Amino acid sequence: MKRRDFLRAGGLAVVGAAAFPQIIQSQITNIKEDLPKMLNHFGVTETDLRKVMAVALEKGGDYADLYFEHTFNNYMALQDGAVNRAGSNIDYGVGIRVVSGDQTGYAFVENTTLEDMINAARTASRIASGSAKTPPVKIDEKVFKNHYPIVKSWENATIQAKMPYLQKLNDRIFELDKRVTKVNASMNDSTSYILYYNSEGTLCHDYRPMIILSGFCIMQQDGKIENAYSSRAARKDIGFLTDEIVETIAQEAVKNTALLFDAIKPKGGEMPVVMGAGGSGILLHEAIGHAFEADFNRKKTSIFSDKLGKKICDEHINVVDDGIIDYDRGSINFDDEGIASQRTYIVKNGILNSYLHDRISARYYGVAPTGNGRRQSFRYVPIPRMRSTYMENGNYTEEEIIANVKQGVYVDNFTNGQVQIGAGDFTFFVKSGYLIENGKLTQPVKDINMIGNGPKALADITMVGNNLKIDQGAWTCGKDGQGMPVSQGLPSVLVKQLTVGGQ
Amino acid sequence: MISQKHKDLARWAMQYALNKGCSDARVSVYSGTNNSFDYRDTQLEKLEQSSENGMSIQLYVDGRYGSYSTNRLDKAELERFISNGIEATRFLAKDEFRQLPQPERYYKGDGKGLDIYDNNYNQVSVDDKMAIIKANAAEVYGKDERLISVSASYSDGISSSYAITSNGFEGESDTTYFSVSADTSMKGSNDTRPSSYWYDSAIFWDKLEKSGIGKTAYERTVRKLGQEKIESGVFPMIVDNTQITRLLSPVISAINGNSIQQKNSFLIDKLDQQIISDKFTLIDDPHVPGARGSRWFDGEGIATKKRTVIENGVLKMYYVDTYSGLKLEMEPTVQSPSLLTCVHGNKNFDQILATMEKGIWVTGFNGGNSNSTTGDFSFGIEGFLIENGKATKPLNEMNITGNLLELWKNVVEIGNDPKLNSSWRIPAILFDKVNFSGK
Repeated sequence: MKRRDFLRAGGLAVVGAAAFPQIIQSQITNIKEDLPKMLNHFGVTETDLRKVMAVALEKGGDYADLYFEHTFNNYMALQDGAVNRAGSNIDYGVGIRVVSGDQTGYAFVENTTLEDMINAARTASRIASGSAKTPPVKIDEKVFKNHYPIVKSWENATIQAKMPYLQKLNDRIFELDKRVTKVNASMNDSTSYILYYNSEGTLCHDYRPMIILSGFCIMQQDGKIENAYSSRAARKDIGFLTDEIVETIAQEAVKNTALLFDAIKPKGGEMPVVMGAGGSGILLHEAIGHAFEADFNRKKTSIFSDKLGKKICDEHINVVDDGIIDYDRGSINFDDEGIASQRTYIVKNGILNSYLHDRISARYYGVAPTGNGRRQSFRYVPIPRMRSTYMENGNYTEEEIIANVKQGVYVDNFTNGQVQIGAGDFTFFVKSGYLIENGKLTQPVKDINMIGNGPKALADITMVGNNLKIDQGAWTCGKDGQGMPVSQGLPSVLVKQLTVGGQ
Repeated sequence: MISQKHKDLARWAMQYALNKGCSDARVSVYSGTNNSFDYRDTQLEKLEQSSENGMSIQLYVDGRYGSYSTNRLDKAELERFISNGIEATRFLAKDEFRQLPQPERYYKGDGKGLDIYDNNYNQVSVDDKMAIIKANAAEVYGKDERLISVSASYSDGISSSYAITSNGFEGESDTTYFSVSADTSMKGSNDTRPSSYWYDSAIFWDKLEKSGIGKTAYERTVRKLGQEKIESGVFPMIVDNTQITRLLSPVISAINGNSIQQKNSFLIDKLDQQIISDKFTLIDDPHVPGARGSRWFDGEGIATKKRTVIENGVLKMYYVDTYSGLKLEMEPTVQSPSLLTCVHGNKNFDQILATMEKGIWVTGFNGGNSNSTTGDFSFGIEGFLIENGKATKPLNEMNITGNLLELWKNVVEIGNDPKLNSSWRIPAILFDKVNFSGK
């Protein structure tokens, strides 16, 4: 149960677009709306919010919050040469949380009538058992910097405007290689309206766009079949869809698939591994990122529980969890507890600098929250989650790093990873890479799992490249049953030793 | 249970869609109730309660197909939602293979007889639920100074769904669940804090294991202390009944009709061929009373029946829905597995273990994946070294790597002890010649 899954959205993940119901278009046009419009969107008034809050605190909870969400998701998919499947989903509701010490009561309802919200607040309030507290009278509206402003919303994007990009993606993949036999292309856009109010009087709102475009390619050669996948994701508007991005995905899907026909499984065992820049950030996500999430440390179940302020790796290493990269898949203007997003140094100059906090863990540690309290939707409690996790640049070129390895592997394409928080054992699955022999990349390799131990792997990073790249793929992180959009990055690094699957 | 009001709403929505120009439609409504309580060390940590409803509607318009869902069930909003869905669907490419199933294939019974709903669901008091997690945490809390954290969780719920189609299907399904789990973390060697868990789940409150879960989680954690990796090598491998489905699931994915049609499978054109060991026979048995996975009809409304999936290693069926069937020009079967069982061997787990001279017992997988078109796999594992029939050393940080068909050809022995609270009732299985990567 302490395992954390990390999956790259599959080629057939929900995708696409459809005309939005008018209920949505009627009240909000696009871009960030002012507060009255957002309150109106959810059909609530400031008086309602105060009334619900009073019920949430009627049993003496220390803290409470209301998280309103209205999410529209559109998907569209191409199979067997035609865009022949589309759909959409609407999710609407409010989650009400009451915190008493480190205990949490939670309930949600799928509408925002005062009566239903009060009932949910009453359910959540039962976590506490004291006398009623009075909510603040004054409402304090907080406005945050917008890291994903949009010009033309997905809500106003027509299905006709989006379809041609899927068709182009299909056609380009077929054009690029004669061995291609099947293409699955998909597009998934979503828009979330968020309104947040807590017992400190904070009231804020957000408008969160997301787009994923992906191509999945099957090739056949001499009776053998291989497949690979490429995707791009961002918090952007319809301007995201360009011929360039289609070309990038097509090229990558074809290249990743073609490589597999020549690839072998290496001999397994412990060996040096060079992680190429970009998606290799999965190493940080699994090896240390999860173990730095403060809920595990508060409960002392993380292998890094007693390591704050201690040197854990080479002093040239800096690891960041960043929620404020413009338009990034992992970015948020404020977290799902009303805390401004920020750039958090997890490791600074080789020293464990900060855990990733939500409100509960920050209070436990007596520090300011770091803006990592996130939730999949109004149906879930917020917990500490990563945003965009990456390592800052070092001084080596990738060539220098590879040249340093006599016998090992180079990896740069992954599908999924996982970690056991307490034991520290993490893994990631390598879709493709190369053998390194005498300082040079030689034979391609494929379909191997790699396994290591978090603190040891971090301490084993002996060279860091100068080529940091944040991967723009559609990464989704899973924890406690909640999926969360994240991103990750890494400059090329040398890990002295990992256990490589093989034959 | 789906209320009459929501059933009427589904019928109204279908009629509305047909009136607005759909040639066919399928509408389903669902409702769910969930409660959970998490206890850690000596206090309640979290309580969650919720209930939810939603509708999904599949529209067949002018030879085109779209699928829409919402949890906004107000009629005026649904009218706009459906109208907009129809409008959007009209822009798509035609797809002649998108059709509702032939009506004669639908389930036509009254939905009774599966015994998968606990009528006493609402009689269980919150105090009784709380007492369970408190007791399971107390089974181990403070009993071992190496313990760092003890948590126990209880959850229960009801899931209901109701579906109708414009060519005559009507079906309802309701089920309850109850579950208890426990999780313990301990101080290990160096800085490690190994943890493990145990759980039980049941359709009926009376059948739920209510004690011993905490103790088992603790024992499973203790036995992991001192895990290490050993030299790489080829060994026999026994995978116990808690983990074996991990090795079966990519095989099941490979016999899905959509995977076959999209050439995304390592089992294309293998029907009636020997694909794995003749010791293995897999059966889809959907009508076992009181069992997880039992159902009268699949997601399309197709009546389920007992089917042999693999017989003595020979592949006997693909899971083919209406769409894939039309594309493949193949007789459709059923969309997905219901309740999988296999023909048991004569020995239980302990008896098989006793026959192993030297090998590895896999108790958990740690990541990894497999290639859907070649069957090549590589998984992280943890478990124990087995020497002369006994577990002698806890292992971790190792990988197994190979090909799924090769692996399943090398079945040595099938146990007789499947987990009965799972919809995939597969016992422990012993495989020969598995490649382990370690030191």
